Amino acid sequence: MSAGTPTAETRDRVSTAARLWSVVAVPLAVIVGSVVLGAAVILLSEPLIPGKAFDPWLWVTAYQAMIQGAIGTPHEWLAGDFHAIVGTMVNTAPLVFGGLAVGFGFKAGLFNIGVQGQFLLGALGAVTVGVWLAAAPAPVAIVCATLAGMALGAAWGFVPGFLKAFSGAHEVVSTIMMNYIAIQLLAALVSGPLKVPQSPQAITYDVGNAAWPIILPPNGHLGILLAVIAAIVVWWILFRTTWGFEVRATGANSDASRYAGMRPRLIIVATMTFSGMLAGLAGCCVLLGVTHSMTSSFGTTVGFDSIAVALLARSNPILIMPSALLFGAMRAGAGLMQIKAEIPAELVDVIQAMILFALVASPVIRRLLHADPRGERHTESAVASVGDSVP
Amino acid sequence: MAGLSGTIQAPPLEMRGITKRYPGVVANDGISLDVRPGEIHALLGENGAGKTTLMNVLYGLATPDEGQILLDGEQVRISGPADAIARGINMVHQHFMLVPVLSVADNILLGEETMANRVFLDRKEAHRRILELGRSFGFEIDPEAKVSTLSVGWQQRVEILKALYRNARILVLDEPTAVLTPQETEEIFVVLRRLADQGHSIVFISHKLYEVLEIADRITVIRRGRVVGERRPTETNEDDLAELMVGREVQLTVDRGVSNPGRPMLRVSGLEATDDRGHAVLGGVDLEIRAGEILGIAGVAGNGQDELVEAIVGLRKPTAGKITLDGRDITGSSPRALNETGVAYVPADRHRFGLILPFSIADNLVLTSYYRRPYSRGVLRDGAAIERDAISAVERFDIRTPSVTARAATLSGGNQQKVVVAREFDRDLKLLVLDQPTRGLDVGSIEFIHKQVIAKRDAGTAVLLVSAELDEVLELSDRIAVMYRGRIVAVLDGPTADKNEVGLLMATGGAARAEAATAEVPA
Amino acid sequence: MDITWLINGLYSIPILGLAFQLVGYLVAILPGNAATIMLQATPLALAAMTGVICERSGVVNIGIEGTMLASAFTAWVVGIAVNPLFGNPTGSDIFGITMPLLIALAAAVLVAVLISGVHAWMSISLRADQIISGTIINIAAAGVTGYLDQLISKSSPVGAGEFAAFQPPDALTQLPVVGWLIAMFLNQGPIAMSTVFLVIGLQIWLFRSRWGLRTRAVGEHPRAAETVGIDVIRLRYQNVMIAGVFAGLAGAFLSMEATNSFQIGMTIGRGFIALAAMIMGRWTPIGGFLSALLFAVFLEISQLIKIAPPSGDLGGVMTAVPAQLWDALPYILTIVVLAGVVGRSIPPAADGQPYEREAAT
Repeated sequence: MSAGTPTAETRDRVSTAARLWSVVAVPLAVIVGSVVLGAAVILLSEPLIPGKAFDPWLWVTAYQAMIQGAIGTPHEWLAGDFHAIVGTMVNTAPLVFGGLAVGFGFKAGLFNIGVQGQFLLGALGAVTVGVWLAAAPAPVAIVCATLAGMALGAAWGFVPGFLKAFSGAHEVVSTIMMNYIAIQLLAALVSGPLKVPQSPQAITYDVGNAAWPIILPPNGHLGILLAVIAAIVVWWILFRTTWGFEVRATGANSDASRYAGMRPRLIIVATMTFSGMLAGLAGCCVLLGVTHSMTSSFGTTVGFDSIAVALLARSNPILIMPSALLFGAMRAGAGLMQIKAEIPAELVDVIQAMILFALVASPVIRRLLHADPRGERHTESAVASVGDSVP
Repeated sequence: MAGLSGTIQAPPLEMRGITKRYPGVVANDGISLDVRPGEIHALLGENGAGKTTLMNVLYGLATPDEGQILLDGEQVRISGPADAIARGINMVHQHFMLVPVLSVADNILLGEETMANRVFLDRKEAHRRILELGRSFGFEIDPEAKVSTLSVGWQQRVEILKALYRNARILVLDEPTAVLTPQETEEIFVVLRRLADQGHSIVFISHKLYEVLEIADRITVIRRGRVVGERRPTETNEDDLAELMVGREVQLTVDRGVSNPGRPMLRVSGLEATDDRGHAVLGGVDLEIRAGEILGIAGVAGNGQDELVEAIVGLRKPTAGKITLDGRDITGSSPRALNETGVAYVPADRHRFGLILPFSIADNLVLTSYYRRPYSRGVLRDGAAIERDAISAVERFDIRTPSVTARAATLSGGNQQKVVVAREFDRDLKLLVLDQPTRGLDVGSIEFIHKQVIAKRDAGTAVLLVSAELDEVLELSDRIAVMYRGRIVAVLDGPTADKNEVGLLMATGGAARAEAATAEVPA
Repeated sequence: MDITWLINGLYSIPILGLAFQLVGYLVAILPGNAATIMLQATPLALAAMTGVICERSGVVNIGIEGTMLASAFTAWVVGIAVNPLFGNPTGSDIFGITMPLLIALAAAVLVAVLISGVHAWMSISLRADQIISGTIINIAAAGVTGYLDQLISKSSPVGAGEFAAFQPPDALTQLPVVGWLIAMFLNQGPIAMSTVFLVIGLQIWLFRSRWGLRTRAVGEHPRAAETVGIDVIRLRYQNVMIAGVFAGLAGAFLSMEATNSFQIGMTIGRGFIALAAMIMGRWTPIGGFLSALLFAVFLEISQLIKIAPPSGDLGGVMTAVPAQLWDALPYILTIVVLAGVVGRSIPPAADGQPYEREAAT
């Protein structure tokens, strides 16, 4: 797994294992620690569950159920039933896209918290075109619906990027506002023009032929493959192309990149647009791969989870895959845990929060963003001196 | 203050055998130093010799590994700036420690507030005391003025007032004249003399030999963390001090040779520009640089030099005027377009503008050319070509690093600047723009860079040099343009220019023009 | 002189006519809802104060949203737990105060201070990226309150109720011209009513006191502050935690004064809108408060349009827009403010930059 810069290839081959360890040691410790603390949370929560005797081993039951929900049992595997693992992969795919969206932004020194909104817009674009082309030949319908989702997600990322670059509106607050606007826009459309007229509840038609094909039965859709391809492509863009160099340079020191003749404003706009497009793909992934239609309450935890995925992977596109897999598995297993142990599925949120806190507490995360993501608040002001963040 | 000026008792400040180690470097190695009442004691050493570390130890910002500090003969442990201030030690830092958006009074009060009651400030009483204090040293200062509106000379006075407001008896000044004109320097020297006469003890840190000779009663020279000599001004001279400071015989001035100016290369006419806040800062600049000539810009910081440089290299859009390079109009061209036509630029702040510190040396060397052949093919980067050329540049420009993949942040200041120089100098140039090219560097690096600049000039490049160090401008320039309030007020012949004349022009814009300027801008 | 023809003429220009109708609608409807607007403004203003104190000290706190949410939840939960211990008391005449309510309020503030302490620790001591630190607080607050709410609401518990609004005498609120202003500030619960005083007090404190001077210095040029003996780290910690008090009050307000229960995600972005108000108010308490009022007006309009739409052409236009889009109005306004105002307002110079002692040993 070569994760360094192009010029890093001359490094000692021998140290590869050591380097890999230095990369994964902290995240592993963080994950294990958080799972242990999660067990403590389960124990502490027990008195709150009405009508249930205290069970000191409830956390074992809960985690067992979660693991079973995420990967199934050997018994199932022997019977050729891999639905749990496939389910985890289905949960993971949008997180890979979302994690790439956040991580790519980080590389340019931008914090795209708007993945949730771009995700919703991506799904909205996909469902609109998908319903319209529901009866068209599958390849046409799929490509058009996916492109529509990517385009709307990109547009939703473009707006805060443009505002950041040309008026100094900080992307963190504006992307969050765009999230809320997206929620309202989606509700308005799904209960309005996109609604199935006869239906009592607000729901759209099915996307029909635009649905992504199943590549791994029972429900493993095309998105799983696309997510892997996307991670590799993003890595390639960042570390092998001149544009990727510009993105990383701007993120590390936008002043120096401007002085060197790059155009940080355009790079900011392009980065946010590209990031939004990736988030839009996450939306396509859920809509065209899983739900195939949209209700007014459409939405998942992909937005927040993506931030955790990117932080845990330190924005490295390749590492984002295992990171997304971790959260995808927890989300996939949480349902069974809720049924078997009566612990709310939101426990995953708590574990996730603990992972995030632990990551910040490890000094590693500090070097993640090479520049102040708050960035250029007034047009000519400086991004925090890089010297400050580099020991 | 008469009680302070006793002669028999122990010195107010004595430092004995101070040693301070940082990982991989001994910043101070058994340094001893004492200051008597009413004495100005100069601490002379080049950048990185350990002066600042020693003063941080004195100010409680660093704990020494060995050695003692004695105040009035009594050993003390200074726990931090607050403690130092309480013991009468005050420091005027090289980079002023003033809050620009606050008033003079608020800056002086800060940390030593005059209170009306437990919660609220007594600004009236504070103003009265500040005015009084200022008058006792012969100047009148408006306590309500915002510090950001003051000239550096006046900011320096605010710093000194700040110390006096705290009843300082030991005053440490770290490179206090770095940003002053010769005249402002003289004025501050008068104030310092008066302070010493009143019995204050002053430590004067500098690397400027003639200044030290002029102001100090005693000079301690340090090199690489050790005291290498102590002199009295009467028994030494500049050459002696320079040799002590650097450890070898140094040429105090580079051999700039003779310039052979060719055709006019850069021509700027009627250039106007505004600063970031939209205020007009360039009021019609005209200048011309010929091929094979170094034009130095002398001026007090903030007179439009930054904007002029930015306009020339394409980072700032002029509001009026014209810039031509070798006969071609380049007004408003982008930095990249200029770079491609043979303009190179070494920005003032290498950490902020010149380098991307977390990136490798190789990546920093292609920061302006990464998109061109041979470093890219289409959208793809060519890592092998980048590395190959980096290895060659590291050799030719004597950049000390274990590998070209090392991060720029791991290099010393001198080597970092050499990376910038290698990137900008290593091709055919028409125009080379240098903004503070040697700030904060050691003598060896300065010599190296100066030689490179001369070599570029001799190869027929037009060089524009901006430096806050008047000495550097005088040393290198074939012609000197003095900038004052957004205009070029005079152009002098470099080798024959008189320092005091230049200083006077910098401070006043020339007597006649000074009046015109004040008439234009009613304060 | 009869200018009816002019007015009629202006009205006949479609856009202008609508604009006139809008102004008329606002003048007619807003004073009557002044008290509700103040209700909307209170959490925004309090949260903006959190932002002002933090950023004036040089710490960006984007976790206000999460801090508020956690406080709102704490107030509710503690109310549930404590109320039976006091025998479910009925409220006193003034503000309907009960012991459980006060304890819940104190708990809410305490939690906010603790969370702010965590933010201070992460951003000041660990020198973590402050935006990430704040975001993590937001994510964690949403996650933990969501989880606990799922657990607790299974037994459909009853909370401690809410603070009641003070009822000023009708004689005052019915006064011509100023009556609505009196209703606005006096027909309020204890938290909303004290907001104005807190804001004014903070304004004076920030610009007239020793604490204020030091705070501003630390946010502008921490090294300068340190060289005159001010403990930058300590002051920043202290201020971030003091700022937490305001976020705690804002959160408690949501679940104990504006409503009497907790809903998942009930802060709906107010913590972020407050940051926009802070910026618009140029990092001053009074400016932040006035900006919060402006945002509150828009929040209120977006509700009023649904309940009491104007008549005539304007009403036709407004009701044609889906209701959900009116709900998006305050968020759109926030972006507009950020894009339009921020470019020209200058934050404290050291805002968001971790401070490292020079040569610290």
